[in-house]
Amino acid sequence: MIKKLNMNSIKKIMGFFWMILAPVVIYLLVRAAIQNIDSTGTKDINKPVPWIIIITIFTPIAIGLMIFGYYSLKGEYDHLPRSSDDL
Amino acid sequence: MVLSNGKGIGKVIFSSSLGTLIEWYDFYIFGMLAKTISIQFFPEGNDTAALLSTLAIFAAGFLVRPFGALVFGRLGDMIGRKSTFLFTLVLMGGSTFLIGLIPGYRTIGIAAPLLVLLLRLIQGLALGGEYGGAATYVAEHSPVNKRGYYTSWIQTTATLGLFVALGVIMLVKSNMTDASFTSEWGGWRYPFWISILLVIVSIYIRLKMSESPLYTKLKKEGKASLNPLKESFGNKGNFKMVLLALFGAVMGQGVVWYTGQFYAQSFLENTAKIEFMQNREIMLWGIGLATPFFLVFGALSDRIGRKWIMLSGMLLGVIFYRPIFNTFLKDTNIKEWKKMEGNATPTIISKEILKVDSTQIGNELVQVTHSKIKWQSQQGTGFTETRADTILNSEATQGLTKEDTKPVFADKVLSAPMKWKFISLVFVMILFVTMAYAPIAAFLVELFPTRIRYTSMSLPYHIGNGVFGGLVPFIATLLSAGSPTDPLVGLWYPILIAALCVVIGTFYLSNKIDKNIND
Repeated sequence: MIKKLNMNSIKKIMGFFWMILAPVVIYLLVRAAIQNIDSTGTKDINKPVPWIIIITIFTPIAIGLMIFGYYSLKGEYDHLPRSSDDL
Repeated sequence: MVLSNGKGIGKVIFSSSLGTLIEWYDFYIFGMLAKTISIQFFPEGNDTAALLSTLAIFAAGFLVRPFGALVFGRLGDMIGRKSTFLFTLVLMGGSTFLIGLIPGYRTIGIAAPLLVLLLRLIQGLALGGEYGGAATYVAEHSPVNKRGYYTSWIQTTATLGLFVALGVIMLVKSNMTDASFTSEWGGWRYPFWISILLVIVSIYIRLKMSESPLYTKLKKEGKASLNPLKESFGNKGNFKMVLLALFGAVMGQGVVWYTGQFYAQSFLENTAKIEFMQNREIMLWGIGLATPFFLVFGALSDRIGRKWIMLSGMLLGVIFYRPIFNTFLKDTNIKEWKKMEGNATPTIISKEILKVDSTQIGNELVQVTHSKIKWQSQQGTGFTETRADTILNSEATQGLTKEDTKPVFADKVLSAPMKWKFISLVFVMILFVTMAYAPIAAFLVELFPTRIRYTSMSLPYHIGNGVFGGLVPFIATLLSAGSPTDPLVGLWYPILIAALCVVIGTFYLSNKIDKNIND
């Protein structure tokens, strides 16, 4: 029982971390895009198109990570469903 | 409703796996022949063609694959597994064959790269819909105590698809000259044409199959979902499991899968500079020897649960990636090779002067001699050295030679013992892949209910593999640009993502096997 309580507390603390990590990842990606896009460069990281695609696809994933963190913080993962009826 | 007899389930597994293997093969040959395709369809110096090339590489994997998962996942939950994954096979096989038929840029101009881009996007879409259907179909035929084992056959297909693609390209290439292979209607097209034969056989086999028993029952009872997207991602209870699947398992598995198979091959070729055919040989042996372990870990997951096997594969990657890749670098260091003694000592077997550039600077004539030198040892090691030495001719310098301090070494050939050491290391990395990947189909199937299973499992799978895994080379280039002196810096991305996944998986995932997936 104590062990389960501890696990749930850790999940809640981690939830806060995931919520912060998500915008940090997007910030780092945008910053890296600004630093590396270079019309004289020849690598993929110098072209704007890959960055637009990657940031477009990563933004909803980061929002998903924030929601994951929020659910953790709210204790939604304290008990995982035992069957589909619990979903 | 499950098929526990060997013959019935054997047919189900064979027909599902064959089609999925062909889809992977189709998807990989484009990537493996990217250089030749680029010459034929995306010529240098044309901005529009360059843009289309970038879109073909990035959009197919990152945007269209997850989109395909949503489109075909939804279809699979609404009209059935069988017809949906049959349709994805037709789409994939048809677009692959057609890529092989498009005339080059020189013949039809900008229409060539536009058509290739369109067909590549269709490939990405089809791939996004295939895997979820095949995994769900096999799982829904499997008895509970063998679900991990039976679905692990599906898990072998991605690696076997890579194996077949490597093998076919090697076979074609070894039977013709480079010029014949890369010409407009050359040998590079054969792997695309071969695909249509494989697809026809697979379609024939799949047409004889019946619908998944669980889905048929659901449909008969009128319980099939009318809006799988809304139920999968609009229902909080299900959506939180989608997020858990992605961040607690598939994200880490994706980077481990990609690092062990694709990044390793690219690193051996571009950083360690191993000769083209030997590099493929190392990969083929490593993949071939490790593939049976998909089945071993799939079966083991039926006994001890899925969670710890998957997380162990990721953790081992986190721990051993840097030492393994560092060994690749150390063992291909030419400075060390030149220090070797006895029959391991490399000696020059040929020297070719490529050109001599002469410049008069004041009283001094500066001559730069570009040469290509071939080295070989009695033990079998060899390499090519390309160097530019400068000779200064004046009264004061009198023919002083300044040796090139940064010669370029390429086409390194390893001795037999060293080759087997590299094969062992690739084998070990693919063993990590088999641990992380083998149980994941059963794990995902057990996480979601039958009515929305295809949709719910396809999206996290393709985000994990297509986006997180597919980003490995791009992020590696990005990290290398920041730390150009550290050739291993690119590994920090898969290491960090896998480590994050291990932490989330350890605390959030359950190791219990859901015995009843008939709900």
